Amino acid sequence: MKKLIVILGFLTFSFSSIAGTLDVVKERGKLMCGSNTGLAGFGNPNDEGVWEGIDVDVCRAVAAAVLGDSMAVEFVPTTSKVRFTVLQSGEIDMLSRNTTWTLQRDVELGLEFVGVNYYDGQGFMVRKDLGVSSASELDGASVCIQVGTTTEMNLADYFKANGMSYEPIPVETNSEADAAYLAGRCDIYTTDASGLYASRAGYPDPSAHMVLPEIISKEPLGPAVRHGDSEWADIVRWSLNAMIIAEEKGITSANVDEMLNSKDPETLRLLGVTKADTGAYGSWLGLDDDWAYQIIKQVGNYSESFEKHIGVNTPINIARGLNALYKDGGILYAPPFR
Amino acid sequence: MSNSFLRRLIFDEKIRSLVIQTLLIGIFAIIIYIVTQQTAYNLEKRGIGTGFGFLNMSAGYDISIKLIPYTSDSTHFRAYLVGLINTLLIAVCGCFLATILGFLVGIIRLSSNWLFRNIAYVYVEFTRNVPVLLQIILYYTILLYLPKIKQALVIFDIFYITNRGIYSPAPIFKDGFSIVAWSFVIAIISTIFLKKYLKKKQEQTGNQYPIFYINSALIIFTPIIFYYIMGMPLDFNHPVLKGFNFKGGMVIRPEFMGMLLGLTIYTAAFISETVRSGIMSVSKGQREASQALGLKNNLVLRLIVIPQALRVIIPPLTSQYLNLTKNSSLGIAIGYADLVHGFGGISLNQTGKAIEIMSMVMVTYLTISLTISLFMNIYNKAVQFKGNA
Amino acid sequence: MSGPISLTHNKYYSWCRDNLFSSWINGIITILSIYFIYEVSSFILNWTIFEADFVTNFRGERIIDRTFCSKNIEPGQHGACWAIIIVRFHQFIYGFYPVEEAWRVNLVYGLLPFALVGIFFDNLPFRKYFIYFTFLFPFIGYFLLYGGIGLDAVGTSKWGGLLVTLFLGVTGILLAFPLSIILALGRRSKMPVIKTICVIFIEFIRGVPLITLLFTANVMLPLFLPEGVRPDNLLRALVGVTLFQSAYMAEAIRGGLQAIPKGQLEAAQSLGLTYWQSTRKIILPQALKISIPPIVNTCIGLFKDTSLVLIIGLFDLLGVGRAAVADIDWAKLHYEVYVFISLIFFIFCFLMSRYSLYLEKKLKTDNSN
Repeated sequence: MKKLIVILGFLTFSFSSIAGTLDVVKERGKLMCGSNTGLAGFGNPNDEGVWEGIDVDVCRAVAAAVLGDSMAVEFVPTTSKVRFTVLQSGEIDMLSRNTTWTLQRDVELGLEFVGVNYYDGQGFMVRKDLGVSSASELDGASVCIQVGTTTEMNLADYFKANGMSYEPIPVETNSEADAAYLAGRCDIYTTDASGLYASRAGYPDPSAHMVLPEIISKEPLGPAVRHGDSEWADIVRWSLNAMIIAEEKGITSANVDEMLNSKDPETLRLLGVTKADTGAYGSWLGLDDDWAYQIIKQVGNYSESFEKHIGVNTPINIARGLNALYKDGGILYAPPFR
Repeated sequence: MSNSFLRRLIFDEKIRSLVIQTLLIGIFAIIIYIVTQQTAYNLEKRGIGTGFGFLNMSAGYDISIKLIPYTSDSTHFRAYLVGLINTLLIAVCGCFLATILGFLVGIIRLSSNWLFRNIAYVYVEFTRNVPVLLQIILYYTILLYLPKIKQALVIFDIFYITNRGIYSPAPIFKDGFSIVAWSFVIAIISTIFLKKYLKKKQEQTGNQYPIFYINSALIIFTPIIFYYIMGMPLDFNHPVLKGFNFKGGMVIRPEFMGMLLGLTIYTAAFISETVRSGIMSVSKGQREASQALGLKNNLVLRLIVIPQALRVIIPPLTSQYLNLTKNSSLGIAIGYADLVHGFGGISLNQTGKAIEIMSMVMVTYLTISLTISLFMNIYNKAVQFKGNA
Repeated sequence: MSGPISLTHNKYYSWCRDNLFSSWINGIITILSIYFIYEVSSFILNWTIFEADFVTNFRGERIIDRTFCSKNIEPGQHGACWAIIIVRFHQFIYGFYPVEEAWRVNLVYGLLPFALVGIFFDNLPFRKYFIYFTFLFPFIGYFLLYGGIGLDAVGTSKWGGLLVTLFLGVTGILLAFPLSIILALGRRSKMPVIKTICVIFIEFIRGVPLITLLFTANVMLPLFLPEGVRPDNLLRALVGVTLFQSAYMAEAIRGGLQAIPKGQLEAAQSLGLTYWQSTRKIILPQALKISIPPIVNTCIGLFKDTSLVLIIGLFDLLGVGRAAVADIDWAKLHYEVYVFISLIFFIFCFLMSRYSLYLEKKLKTDNSN
């Protein structure tokens, strides 16, 4: 009996001292990344079971930076219900799963959002034959909502502000929402516009549905980590920034090796060719010098990722819009790399 | 000395049991202490706040199936109440319908007609051996294949059947309707006294009175007479298709119907089995004896068999009610906003207070379960043999 | 003259008269029943078999997505389109288990009857060894499925379909069994502390829905445990399922314990047996024998309840089915999928309930001897 108490006591103490996430990931040899349960273009396993999408690419970038191998990621599919608890509990190292950055989540839930990889907003999808052209004509409609997001709150606010009534039909996953919407249980399907485009791409007749012009909320989607491990947060933040800066500088996975001979000082700093007075930029983050090179080489820059998974030449068919670089009329803007 | 203590420890039952129990309490205390410490540490480290303050915050989301006023401005506590009421609603409706269907099927299973009773048997075997969750999802899917709102199936120009629910006219009570309602209540109460009086008279004089017909007439005609006296104080608000949906009238949502169908059909199969075995437990001699006394078959069932069978039926029936209530938590699968789906799901997501919310939900179910058991125990005691002890 | 007499003595005739046409009401009921059975069974048979597609549609084309289903080409004229089941059969049975490793799952499926036969039939030769195997089986099965020494590891996230349903059902039942015996004995203990703990545990578990336990195990368990201890999703569900089952099983066993006359224990103790000796050798064997039918009934309940894990995001049989229905290539084939899954559940549960009835009958005859 005494032995048991000693063991139990030992267990509690031994677990009180824990290493930082970076060391944990390095020791484990792979990154645990919380992903969507399946959202085409953002995070979805392909036919061979390999995860793909722009959210997935953020995790791949971090794995490339930390472990040198973008495939050293294990994806943990999370529903919107469990995603924060899974992160809080330490089961995953980072969450990259179309999650909106809000004050409450950033502060009260003990998370830390490190940036934005997709500027989104909540929209409405309707059947074209309904003859609706604006969200202000939706009074009295039935609305399918995927719950567990800010969606239901934005929806409630929007209809209240416009003095309209509606019947909410809350469902758990987007496949259920698709089913209910296609069956005619609801007139409108609302979620982030990106999700609407992704859903529509899979419908039997995508052209019969349209996304209304109104975007009723700001939904900056981005990767999040646990609060309290700034070192790890920095790594994830700058992995994402590296992809954006690479686009700005025109560095792609195809030309990254040539770019090692570039004349541009920021490019050289990014690729780890020139070092700062106090040492390499990588070492500030606790990484190898070539961490950003690995990201670009293995994953590509932001534009490559975007066009490959959700761009206008994919079934998802989303224009860059807000997500273009600041110099191309969008709001994508990474801090300088110096 | 230590030797004698050891000896007493092993051979003296009282001391031994005292030591074991003390040790057990100790171990439990340590485990609870470790777990709470660990949890507190985990929560603090992850920066998760605790406490029930969130209950007073605005919930921010809408619920379509609600019996009490609720808007997105209402508090999370209000959302809890809405969920609780929805859970109770589905549980009460489900128990009621399942009991009726269950008794019916149970009696059919004892029918002397071979075909008839085997149809019931096939129903019972097929529904009780398939998960209730699967059945709920299946029935809900069937309901989604009902006509779309624009092609609503109209019955008698009153009911509209669509995959968004069954719409019917809603009653509007005008001044004076309360008098009609009261007359109905008074009629019911007076039948009880009338029945007692007539029974007494029957015992004294031996004349049989058609108590059932007199009482039915009383209950049916009193409110009708008052209804006309008060100038027909009742109107109906008919549902009208306007824009996207029907406006006005009453509606039963497919989410509610799917739950109700699933819970009723599934639980009725179990209830029918307890009814059947309950009736079979009443010895054949009793039935034959009452038939020999000249009682008709339905009277034998009503007066002799069922009252005795109830004593056997009620305990398992209680546990079926409990099961149904617990199974009503599956609303989450089809979007019925019960306690687990609304409060335990959406509120939990928005506030992140997993421990607080899940414990509230569990304690609530526990309370409901214990209350049902308590009332059923009281009722069970009341119907057990009296004066037989 | 002899005709009518021989007719009334014909045993089929008299059976029909007694069971179908004993009165005119019964006659009407019989005719209505025949009509009902005819309508329902012809619909079911047509839909499931005669007018259904299996591999090819009515034009003889191989069905590769829903647009090839006959019923989608000529609406209203054809029955089920079972191609969805055939195409996704691997997923229904193994989940996302790698195809080349599926033999391991098959081996486990093949060993399962041997693990169960020892519990089910008490007059089996070498029963003792079968029982040993039963308790080794979870470990052998887990090793085969999960991998380890010499076998490639296959994470539980790749398990799914019938595999997960059976894993949760069988392992949950086997793990709950010893726990439930302890709980049942504890509830009848004379020591108030033990009794209180067991009563609170049993009544708590029986008082809350399984889904809340699964949520707790899934969402809250990580908050209670130290960092680094991260049971995976399937194991968490297993914890919830086992605790749930143990409380219900304990009540079934308690019923058996109550049926053993008190004199038995007193007699055993007067022979000098200790509490544990008399419980193990005298009380439990008898009590368990009586309580097997109710135990099997709780097992049927648990087996069906494993479908709830889809709500916490596991892909059991029903979860895989819902994923199949959500697949846009096969959308709107709900009935085929749900009917198929219902049938699998039905077969397992029906067999278990037959077994329980068989035991009840056997117990009755044993007792009357």
